[in-house]
Amino acid sequence: MEFDLSNKSELAKAKRDFHPGDRIFGRALMLPAYSLLILLVAIALFLLHGAWPSIQRFGLKFVFSSTWDPVREVFGALPVIYGTIVSSSIAVLIAAPVSIGAALFLNELAPRRVSEIVGHLIEMLAAIPSVVFGLWGIFVLAPWLRSVVEPALGRFFGFLPLFQGPPYGVGMLAAGLILAIMIMPTVASISREVFHSIPRVQREAALALGATRWEMIRLAVLSGTKSGVFGAVILGLGRALGETMAVTMVIGNRSHISASLFAPAQTMASAIANEYAEATSDIHLSALVGVGLTLFVVTFIINAIARIFVWRTTLRWSAK
Amino acid sequence: MILKSENLEAWFGEAKALKGVGLEFESNTVTAIIGPSGCGKSTYIRCLNRLHEETPGARIGGRVLLQGRDIYGPEVDPVLLRRQIGMVFQKPNPFPSMSVYDNVAVGLKLGGIRKKRELDSRVEWSLRVAALWDEVKDKLDRPGTSLSGGQQQRLCIARALAVKPVVLLMDEPTSALDPISTARIEELLTELKKTVTIVIVTHNMQQSARISDKTAFLLMGELVEFGETSALFTTPKDKRTESYITGRFG
Repeated sequence: MEFDLSNKSELAKAKRDFHPGDRIFGRALMLPAYSLLILLVAIALFLLHGAWPSIQRFGLKFVFSSTWDPVREVFGALPVIYGTIVSSSIAVLIAAPVSIGAALFLNELAPRRVSEIVGHLIEMLAAIPSVVFGLWGIFVLAPWLRSVVEPALGRFFGFLPLFQGPPYGVGMLAAGLILAIMIMPTVASISREVFHSIPRVQREAALALGATRWEMIRLAVLSGTKSGVFGAVILGLGRALGETMAVTMVIGNRSHISASLFAPAQTMASAIANEYAEATSDIHLSALVGVGLTLFVVTFIINAIARIFVWRTTLRWSAK
Repeated sequence: MILKSENLEAWFGEAKALKGVGLEFESNTVTAIIGPSGCGKSTYIRCLNRLHEETPGARIGGRVLLQGRDIYGPEVDPVLLRRQIGMVFQKPNPFPSMSVYDNVAVGLKLGGIRKKRELDSRVEWSLRVAALWDEVKDKLDRPGTSLSGGQQQRLCIARALAVKPVVLLMDEPTSALDPISTARIEELLTELKKTVTIVIVTHNMQQSARISDKTAFLLMGELVEFGETSALFTTPKDKRTESYITGRFG
């Protein structure tokens, strides 16, 4: 056989023909890869299609109205958007410092054996089904909040609207705490990965200058990984935004905006989980799909941002 | 005699990397440590500033005396010791999130110097000594990693010199650089030894012959020969030194 080597496409074709196995293998793997992408688009289209009646009926008011009343068939998603944002913010505020601290300790300070064992245990937290967290929330966390934590917060910080009102136990605070525990493994293990990407020569540069261990962490580890750690936190946030089962079990499920963290609330995900089975009218169903669409878009954007931050850090170091 | 090691041994876990190395370094000289890959030459200088012990599982035996004092003595703080013995690494490793200025000033700040005027003058002094000032004086606020490879390595030299160490350790400082940058750094070393005692690891025998006053040849963790560079390269006493410098192995 002869080939015109100057003709690129002919050369490529010739190579393919030589190795039919490669070709079949490549095609076979392409299929699942692309079908995942198609699935993503299909879900987006389904959500858009399903939400269309409520988008037509309520327009932008769907996102900005705070009335969610299935009986009168008025649907404004603001309370559930608010519930999602607030519960996830509580989760991030608590989980971020704890998990970043844990990651730093395990990577930089702990003896290797400890860091391996504890690291695996932390990652196993992520494998606990969320319904189990929910059960724990109902039976342990909520009663404890009701009888101990919330009365104490009310006594000392009761001047803030956040901590006023009767201590229910189940409510926004419980949901935020459960979410914090659930996203910690994510934030901690990605932070560890990011810290791990700092080359040894950077740490040694700091040590050789006479840095203490803390100064070495500050100079060589933290300053080079700010954006990566930020990404880890945002990925945790993405997980908190969409978490459904555990939140539904402890948040109290009331689609109403309340300033108090003790009060029952509702998130986008818990609203869908709670009301979908009982939704009788078409417009109610459509409104729930609309909530789903909002959640889909928000988490998609958040995750994309986070991935970009994590990539930027790990790429910078692996390129060298 | 500013620095010397006596019967220095080093382990990585169970593997013994140094088998009793004794060397002496005189003030204001350049001493080169040569040997094939894996002979322990990097490990050796990493014992001189107690960086070896930062590797998990690493241990040492023997003594290292800096100005007569054992640096492994119980009262010695490795953090303070490393401010007296600076180090330059194989690959230029400026802190990427810091400017040229901050990279040089960082050691001073760790040492507690906060006054702007003092920092400014020490940064300028260090960059001048490292023969980098003229090239970077207009871009002190640019990231350290924006410089060329050779400039980054001189920046690292300036960073190490800023705290005025008594000894400067260099671990194959030119192996990642092009020939012109290498020549500039070699030139710089002969100037630098007026201010600081230099111990340099190199796998390049010509480099050792060009820049050092004394040379030590290590092989498989043992010191084979140590002496005046000119003597070691022209009339080696040991057979193994002779085969190494004539290129028969390594």
